[in-house]
Amino acid sequence: MTTTTPVMAPVPIDERRLTRAERRAVAARTKFSSPAASIIALVIAVLWTVPTLGLLITSFRPELDIRRSGWWTVFTDPTFTLDNYNEVLYGGGTNFAALFVNSLVITLPAVVIPITLALLAAYAFAWIDFPGRNILFVAVFALQVVPIQVTLIPLLSIYVDTGLAGSFWTIWLSHSIFALPLAVFLLHNFMKEIPASLVEAARMDGAGHVKIFFQVLLPLLTPAIAAFGVFQFLWVWNDLLVALTFAGGAPDVVPLTVRVAELAGTRGSDWYLLAAGAFVSIVLPLVVFLSLQRYFVRGLLAGSVKG
Amino acid sequence: MQWFLDASTTGHKIALMVVAILLFAAVMGAILFAVDRPRRVPNWIVAAGFLGPTLLLLLVGLVYPALDTIRGSFYSRDGSQFVGLDNYATVFTTDSFQTVLVNTLLWVVLVPLVTTGLGLVYAYLVDRTRFEALAKALVFLPMAISMVGAGVIWKFVYEYRPDQPGVNQIGLLNQLLVMLGMEPQQFLLNAPSNTFWLIVVMIWIQAGFAMTVLSAAIKAIPDDIVEAARLDGVGGIQMFRYVTVPSIRPALVVVLTTVAIVTLKVFDIVRTMTGGQFGTSVVANEFYTQAFRQFNVGLGAALAVLLFVLVIPIIAYNVRQLRLAEEIR
Repeated sequence: MTTTTPVMAPVPIDERRLTRAERRAVAARTKFSSPAASIIALVIAVLWTVPTLGLLITSFRPELDIRRSGWWTVFTDPTFTLDNYNEVLYGGGTNFAALFVNSLVITLPAVVIPITLALLAAYAFAWIDFPGRNILFVAVFALQVVPIQVTLIPLLSIYVDTGLAGSFWTIWLSHSIFALPLAVFLLHNFMKEIPASLVEAARMDGAGHVKIFFQVLLPLLTPAIAAFGVFQFLWVWNDLLVALTFAGGAPDVVPLTVRVAELAGTRGSDWYLLAAGAFVSIVLPLVVFLSLQRYFVRGLLAGSVKG
Repeated sequence: MQWFLDASTTGHKIALMVVAILLFAAVMGAILFAVDRPRRVPNWIVAAGFLGPTLLLLLVGLVYPALDTIRGSFYSRDGSQFVGLDNYATVFTTDSFQTVLVNTLLWVVLVPLVTTGLGLVYAYLVDRTRFEALAKALVFLPMAISMVGAGVIWKFVYEYRPDQPGVNQIGLLNQLLVMLGMEPQQFLLNAPSNTFWLIVVMIWIQAGFAMTVLSAAIKAIPDDIVEAARLDGVGGIQMFRYVTVPSIRPALVVVLTTVAIVTLKVFDIVRTMTGGQFGTSVVANEFYTQAFRQFNVGLGAALAVLLFVLVIPIIAYNVRQLRLAEEIR
């Protein structure tokens, strides 16, 4: 999310929860305000669900059935199979199982590295006093404006010159770089919310910056780290542009998204492959997203709106 | 050295990943250990230890490439000859590129407006109802799905089968058309309407973001304002128009501009669904095609710079609106 809010008003979580609960108790409106309202809401909800459901059902139907009839016919004539998944995961032409490993190998370092770097940078901006701090912070913040397209051509030639081209390193480095401006900004906001007295007290006890960072701040920042972690995980796993540019020609490195997009172009009518392939690429982010949704929403709101 | 670059088996890849993370941890640990070692170090040395790696990466990976791309946009396709503004002239005067520009404009205007409108209405309608959590989750879910995945999902909705006896439609939208007694359509092939069918996909993905942010803003409207309006007999649509919308104006601006910027850079959807053919290309897709498929680096650079330039007014507007909002407060 690109954002332009340099400060975030800290909202004490306890207070917010209380008022919300109170409000719910006092003014619980359990029904829609009018039948028209409920119909509109229902139509939107259906439009947002049915396309995914259709492809999900299709991915479990036999190849011939997919070609002959629409997925909605399963409600009268249910026949399901796991053949599509078997083919797409282990078949010679697709081998998505290997691509799944590639996606995973790409994603983990591309999440861990920028978060670590950004935490340290955010700490320096928040709690170390040094000349030029504010200007530097604004500069890093402003770099969020740069679209990644602007960097791709020169980056690729740097990677070719250094002999890194076509390896995992190019993708790890690129994703780390692109994530840094937003990560520094978000984590800096969270870090500023921690009471200065805590840091002061540790300083009085003779703790240096490194000790304060690891023992005082890091434990308090877990929710913020989780928030940005989910963000970055989804961004990297779902990315197409970076992977296509730096790993498009390296079969040992390409992630799922690149191959799914390619299949959609070259074998656009083989829906038994496309449907199953798409869901192989969707399933992990969906699980991560659903289990860490709370943190994701918090990161989203911190990044775009003031409390 | 080769071990670090070419990993072809699963075990090797995972080992490489672990080594990369450990290597990174070791380097960072060494830097921190070094700056923390002496008793009294000046603050700027400590700051350099904490900040150095980040600043170095940003300089090498963002600042230098951006400047180099701007320079490259004034050079010929292989970067050997200075051509002045020729690449930009090509972008603005060639017919095929004008289609690209018009398409991009359609995306950037329609997606933010429709997304924000839908997100707002939906957030308002389900607010404080019994189904709120579930209703929001349903619209929210596409945010976890990649644009590539969403492209495939919707390509299937638009799937076309020739209108012959014995041939069933397998795409939902054409099935609906047939049931209504109409001819099935080649939704993704017929210009210019195909751009609109692609735009639908982006709206479908982004609505969850708009809804989440706006829903939080609606919940933050002070209760006394809503109560006072209700006592004055304001309700339903009037409440929405005169109380809800003005109260969340800053959030609306943020959502509009954020979605506009994401939309400007949209690439995955076009790439997956049409590959930019049939008159559906947009600037971000054309950039990729020119730079990495046609190997016309100069033109690709010009398109990237164009994206950069287009982002700036949107962000300037955002900053201005936020300043105004702060002054009022």
